[in-house]
Amino acid sequence: MTGQTTAPPQQVSLFMDQPLSLASGAVMPSVQVGYQTYGTLNDTASNAVLICHALTGDQYVASDHPVTGKAGWWTRLVGPGKIIDTNRYFVICSNVLGGCLGTSGPAEVNPDSGKPWGLDFPVITLKDMVCVQKALTESLGIDQLFAVIGGSMGGMQVLQWLADYPESVFSAIPIATAARHTAQNIAFHEVGRQAIMADPNWRGGAYLAAGVSPDAGLSVARMAAHITYMSEDALAQKFGRNLQDRETIGFGFEADFQVESYLRHQGSTFVDRFDANSYLYITRAMDYFDLASSAGGKLAEAFRGASHVRCCALSFSSDWLYPPSENKAFVHALNAAGARIAYTEIESDFGHDAFLMDVPEMDRMLAGFITRTAEERGLS
Amino acid sequence: MTQQLDHGTASDKLRPDLKLIADQLDSHCTLLDVGCADGTLLQWLFKHKNIDGRGIELEVANVQSCVEKGLFVVQGDADTDLNDYGDDSFDYVVLSRTLQAVHRPRDVLSNLLRIGNKAVVTIPNFGFWRVRLSLALSGRMPMTSHLSKMWYETDNIHFCTIRDMFELIALDGYHLERFVPVSQSGKPLTHGPRRSNLLASQALFIISK
Repeated sequence: MTGQTTAPPQQVSLFMDQPLSLASGAVMPSVQVGYQTYGTLNDTASNAVLICHALTGDQYVASDHPVTGKAGWWTRLVGPGKIIDTNRYFVICSNVLGGCLGTSGPAEVNPDSGKPWGLDFPVITLKDMVCVQKALTESLGIDQLFAVIGGSMGGMQVLQWLADYPESVFSAIPIATAARHTAQNIAFHEVGRQAIMADPNWRGGAYLAAGVSPDAGLSVARMAAHITYMSEDALAQKFGRNLQDRETIGFGFEADFQVESYLRHQGSTFVDRFDANSYLYITRAMDYFDLASSAGGKLAEAFRGASHVRCCALSFSSDWLYPPSENKAFVHALNAAGARIAYTEIESDFGHDAFLMDVPEMDRMLAGFITRTAEERGLS
Repeated sequence: MTQQLDHGTASDKLRPDLKLIADQLDSHCTLLDVGCADGTLLQWLFKHKNIDGRGIELEVANVQSCVEKGLFVVQGDADTDLNDYGDDSFDYVVLSRTLQAVHRPRDVLSNLLRIGNKAVVTIPNFGFWRVRLSLALSGRMPMTSHLSKMWYETDNIHFCTIRDMFELIALDGYHLERFVPVSQSGKPLTHGPRRSNLLASQALFIISK
């Protein structure tokens, strides 16, 4: 069961008996969920680990991506004998609601019209995404997850789990994340959305029916976002002012600089694997995220049911997208709520992307925390 | 489902200054160890006194060691991060040989007593006769077993004596619950404050509001 690099796609229909009521008030009569599992659920269903993916991530955390053929996005940490050991734990990762890889989203067919949803898809929130994940874990026979883990938007889902379903969580690992989107976070997302919507091929969101796609807009959105994932130092070290395949500047608008070429590559490969409307919906969900607002403005109140949960939070010194200060805010709130929490800010030049990189100090924290909480869970 | 944490590698023998602190604490109390280093005291208290303590520690490597011991420690700084803790969150707040290393000792002390009902504070005593003698004879900043770094390397920026601590406690109107002077070899002494200021190399204070 474990050790494979490719895995058949898994999909389930949920909310067939009782429709999903979204935070917006809209109702979805049923929800498809694309997901992957690795390892085996034990007899007491106590070894399940839910990994929550980031904005443009997917369920292929430890197996090859079906479109790009690339290795899973967290194979560094997830797999047989790895820190999140699929020989010991039953690892679940599902495509988020609004996504474009097997879960209901704007690119899927609206059962009512027989056409792709487009902008008729209801606006979703982090709360809705986590509600769907909860239904998925229940359908798999899991009452309480051993661990919920995620970085960036994945970390926001972890925090949402602690707010909405704390009794279903034994331990939680939010990484490089925040309990709310700041004005700067929203601003960058808005640039991306406007780039997509300014592309004439976007067609008011109905591009699939028209047989076109707003690749240029989506590509620019990805380029802008990608800058926020890297630190200034990382960009300077990786590219500096180096020129791309030329000896001198070209006095034109080709990609003279390596950093331009790199961003263009990031943008153009992204459009092959991501749906533009999904990008709109998911960034919107992140912008709406503000856990304290649903708890009378007090973040600690949002976590009041989570006092039994063991938490381990990590931030990175050069992450200016979700900087250490934003991570500390929810760490202190969890502390105030009585949760047991360990936290460090790790020195790294990688910027926000550090959580996906080879950062030995992160590994040591994760390995130590997971090993000890597994013992407490009786999984040793 | 929860099982006793395995503290197999933990030595039952605590460093004397930590043992002195441990001896002052009631079983099952709630506790925050500010500047908990690698979590030695917290681990011992969990095992021997059923104290499920929390910690704050500046060094990442120390926080990692704590996590590997199954402890819950938040990276932070006594000067800035205590503000984030709520009033009366703990029975005890421990500050072990750290007061002299913070930027604003008076504010830190006030914060300790806001967060906890009682503060357990230990200090190296700069009034200890060996320290005085060392300064008097050599004319250079003293170095002893408890003050073992050169002046330009030491983390200690606000040295005080036992007498200074008594005066600060009086000045801010705190109640001194317990005072234990300690010899250089780590033995508790029975002297009063005046003689201790000369004869004790360290001291423990339990303070409340």
